[in-house]
Amino acid sequence: MIPLPIKASRDVIERVDRLEITFNRHGIDRFGVSKSEIARGYTIARWFAQSYFSTSVYGVENIPKAGRVMLVGNHSGGVAIDAMIVLGSTFFDMEPPRLAQGMAEKFLNRVPVLSEILSRMGQFTGLPEHAARLLEDERMLLVFPEGARGTAKLFPERDSLVGFGTGFMRLALANRSPILPFAFVGGGEAVPTVTNLVQLGKLIGVPYIPVTPWLLPVPRPVDLQLLYGSPMFFEGTGREEDHVIRGYVDQVKDKIQGLISQGRALREGRLQESELELT
Amino acid sequence: MSVLITGVSGKIGRLVALGLVDRGVKVIGVDRRPWSEAPEGVELHRVDIRKRGAEELFRRMSPEAVIHMGTVTHLMHRTPDRYRINLQGTRAVFDNSKRYGTKQVIFVGRHTYYGAAPDSPLYHTEDEPPMAIESFPELADLVAADLYAGSALWRMPEVDTAVLRICYTLGPRRHGTLAGFLRGPRVPVVLGFDPLFQFMHEQDTATAIICALESRLRGVFNVAGPPPVPLSVIIRETGRTPVAVPEPLLNLSLGRFGLPRLPKGALEHMKYPIVIDSEPFRAATGFAPEFDEDATMRGFAEAGRGPHR
Repeated sequence: MIPLPIKASRDVIERVDRLEITFNRHGIDRFGVSKSEIARGYTIARWFAQSYFSTSVYGVENIPKAGRVMLVGNHSGGVAIDAMIVLGSTFFDMEPPRLAQGMAEKFLNRVPVLSEILSRMGQFTGLPEHAARLLEDERMLLVFPEGARGTAKLFPERDSLVGFGTGFMRLALANRSPILPFAFVGGGEAVPTVTNLVQLGKLIGVPYIPVTPWLLPVPRPVDLQLLYGSPMFFEGTGREEDHVIRGYVDQVKDKIQGLISQGRALREGRLQESELELT
Repeated sequence: MSVLITGVSGKIGRLVALGLVDRGVKVIGVDRRPWSEAPEGVELHRVDIRKRGAEELFRRMSPEAVIHMGTVTHLMHRTPDRYRINLQGTRAVFDNSKRYGTKQVIFVGRHTYYGAAPDSPLYHTEDEPPMAIESFPELADLVAADLYAGSALWRMPEVDTAVLRICYTLGPRRHGTLAGFLRGPRVPVVLGFDPLFQFMHEQDTATAIICALESRLRGVFNVAGPPPVPLSVIIRETGRTPVAVPEPLLNLSLGRFGLPRLPKGALEHMKYPIVIDSEPFRAATGFAPEFDEDATMRGFAEAGRGPHR
């Protein structure tokens, strides 16, 4: 359980009750997701998204209200604050609320306390078995195909995209899941990484430790933009040749890059909300 | 019909035997341990499954089916005998079955076959390899026995072999790995970890084995009952108190201060879940558990309050 003296807000508890997930008498679903823990977790996430940062969300109406879907977006900001912001937005900005389930880096499940919190909040290790089973259960997945390389971006690279894995596309094809591209802008400003300490990270069991001008990767309270594009559907079996899959992945990547550019323009005042093209 | 059960004097072995007797089946029990109040209809033979005495039983009684539960699973039982019983015993059971025309063999294995690890998926399927041996070498002989039993499917196609990987058992008889772990009023947990545990009522475990027998199951199947529950909930619902200890400290204190003595690998089972997908078994046998997770935990907790059996 989250080791903080924080009680879940009443309105958050009400939203948890409206999730389309079957919980048992102990408030646990078949994957171990806990009602009380997600209520506390989202109470904290909302404070971060709204009071600490200032988050603007666009295009949330593009996300399917029910059924399987894979949210696919860019990673940035050193310590994956993007995941928390996306989780919060599908929960607070959607009617009914939805639980996004991230495909987490393997090392996270080794870390005491974090392992427990992530398990109870439905944020499982990113394994193809987990993805397939959750999609089969008509859940919403959250995938960052850049992986840890994505959060490792330095400040000048913050809006770029590094190599995308192809596993997510094969899973989407095999499980007939739509892909919903999104862009997250501002993570680089929140945690402007100067360099990453890889060796030291290895020593304590994480991929790297981001170093900021104030040394610690503590995020600054900045404005954040989150933009959801419209769903993309790809036909196939998931057994296609690499170059075919690569082509599909590039389409998703281009879409996300386009969303990032719009988010950046919005952030810098070069674009108005009414001029956004999210479809 | 006659069924030979190895390890019949164990808690689950007795329940299976009683269930079969109720159904009018003649039970030939094999165990080195006694079962003093064995009912009529159970013929207990205190022989070693690896020895001539057991072979003689096959020759004389020609059982139509064998339920092989005669494995040593207790983890602190680390004598060479354990390996011989688990591996050569399993071999003897299959050899005798083939030689004396047994039509069906059920191997009762465990879901710990899959192992507990930070990167292992929830809801294991039967095609997954046994990762248990990586973190928990003490389980190697049980894993090997499971795989060996599975090889009977191609080595002796004339015998219908079923390998069951059954989740933890819990219930009023307070028997098994999980019950042992929950024995005391205080239960050690690894600080910052709260894995899901999958368990079923001991009566349901016996019923599932009988279902496998009755439906002439062939193949490898995971067997589970109700959905899994976090360890913290089990501890709370059974009226125990969790004692959260940081892992390095727990490692040092196992076997001391009244904490159970556990092999190092067992700590992985206190950190990461082993959850199995049992749908194929249910589809093939029609098995449905009678007890849900609450009734099972209650059964275990309440038995402790009354006079000890």
